[in-house]
Amino acid sequence: MSAIRFDDVWKEYGDHIVLERITMEVEPRAFIALVGPSGCGKTTLLRMLLGEEQPSRGQILVDGKPLLGEPDADRGVVFQRYSVFPHLTVLQNVLLGRELRDAKFSARLFGAARRAAMDNAMELLAEVGLAGQESKYPSALSGGMQQRLALAQAIMREPKILLLDEPFGALDPGIRADIHLLMKRLWNETHLTVVMVTHDLSEAFGLATRVIALERQRNRPEERERYGATVSRDLEIFPRRSAELRSAVQPAPIGTTRSDQEHQPGRPGALVLKEHP
Amino acid sequence: MRLVNIRPGRQTRFYLLALPFLLVAIAYFAGSSARLAQNPNDKLLPALPSMVQAVKQMAFEVDPRTGSYLMASDTVASLGRLGSALAISTVAALILGIVIGLLPGANALLGPFVSVTSMVPPLALLPILFIVMGLGENSKIALIVIGTLPCMIRDLAMKVQELPREQIVKAQTLGASTWQIALRVAMPQTLPRLIDVLRLQLGPAWLFLIAAEAIASDSGLGYRIFLVRRYLAMDVIIPYVAWITLLAFLIDVGLRVLQRRLFPWFASVRAE
Repeated sequence: MSAIRFDDVWKEYGDHIVLERITMEVEPRAFIALVGPSGCGKTTLLRMLLGEEQPSRGQILVDGKPLLGEPDADRGVVFQRYSVFPHLTVLQNVLLGRELRDAKFSARLFGAARRAAMDNAMELLAEVGLAGQESKYPSALSGGMQQRLALAQAIMREPKILLLDEPFGALDPGIRADIHLLMKRLWNETHLTVVMVTHDLSEAFGLATRVIALERQRNRPEERERYGATVSRDLEIFPRRSAELRSAVQPAPIGTTRSDQEHQPGRPGALVLKEHP
Repeated sequence: MRLVNIRPGRQTRFYLLALPFLLVAIAYFAGSSARLAQNPNDKLLPALPSMVQAVKQMAFEVDPRTGSYLMASDTVASLGRLGSALAISTVAALILGIVIGLLPGANALLGPFVSVTSMVPPLALLPILFIVMGLGENSKIALIVIGTLPCMIRDLAMKVQELPREQIVKAQTLGASTWQIALRVAMPQTLPRLIDVLRLQLGPAWLFLIAAEAIASDSGLGYRIFLVRRYLAMDVIIPYVAWITLLAFLIDVGLRVLQRRLFPWFASVRAE
């Protein structure tokens, strides 16, 4: 749950201006979709939020503080590919964040701490519809399941901001619809501010609270290098969407189960039932 | 049907596999019997019985001078040198490969140096090693290490750099420190690739071992071959070469099996 502020952010590579005059406020718990034609700098903007790249001018503030210059645990991420670790099983992938946090030197948990983390991880896996897949390696999972795993892995570490770089772009439409429901639910149940890059407009309008379009204002060949893309549309979704604040969930750490919730093992189907009674 | 589309079945594959070996054997024994028919004392292409006799003598009879089974003690000496040298190379390559591959600073510091040292012909250093370290075990092990280590480091660092950038970023967003990235992300994924690199370096390692043993040694497979060369003892040399080949082959197979057993996830990663 963090507010993000872009303060006149520019990004230039040498003479080439990619982004210019990006100024915007993102309120806590917003779900922002960044859309725009390819090459307009959506991903660059996301990488700056991630700390992988630095703005050439201006600054990005998170909760009023300038952004750290490298990725950290406050900002989770799911990429389109390579988001999960191929050498770890599903369970190990989800456990990793906890192990990295609690065991600075060995980066492994043992005994009671491990069991507690494993219980959390199993619950989270059930929630994203991966129950029963714990001991598989990611390569044995379908693309959709890999992205579910990537989401679970990121959320296990309890980031404040979740960054999504075309996470569902490579999935089949049906699978994509399923994972959209999951994404919505995760956003409702956690305290995340989400920023998602996508080229799928229906996805953007279906999930986000606010859709931000990046576009180059000047597109003549001789101008292309010298004018970057900037925010051309900033659309609040109507009717207004906001994250539900379920009281049972609010103070609980990620991965704790709610007794009132009915699980359908293997699928996030519980949500479907609830939304369309 | 086009040749590119013809795939041999299991049985055909087996025959095809055996064919070149069989042809070499036939060529050898044909040549051997032709020469022996002309001159029964010919030493160049010994017949099978005389090789069997020689192996029996070398492998299964105690050598009166040393009181040991020569072939066994030669094998132990050679494998001991090879093993300890490759152990040093492997451990050093793993650590340095990860450090260079993961840390841009270390890459700037050591990358070019490793590239240059991997170009030094190791055999040219052998005299220096003999002068500095004496003629004992150390100089032979050092030769193998020098011959294999730079290439292993270079290859491994490259493999580490080939890990998707996304993984390194992802680990950081899970809160990993540099040490933790090395320990939980880079190293486990480097180990199976280390086995690949090691397999590639087995050939050079044997080369340097035999070379070092040939020049100054009192035991070892290479020593024996070059010793009996003085007596034109092809009946010993040929079985020894076959034995060395078999050992090298078995080590290679062993490493491949080890890789499959220990890293079941690796096959699909490599297939990508």
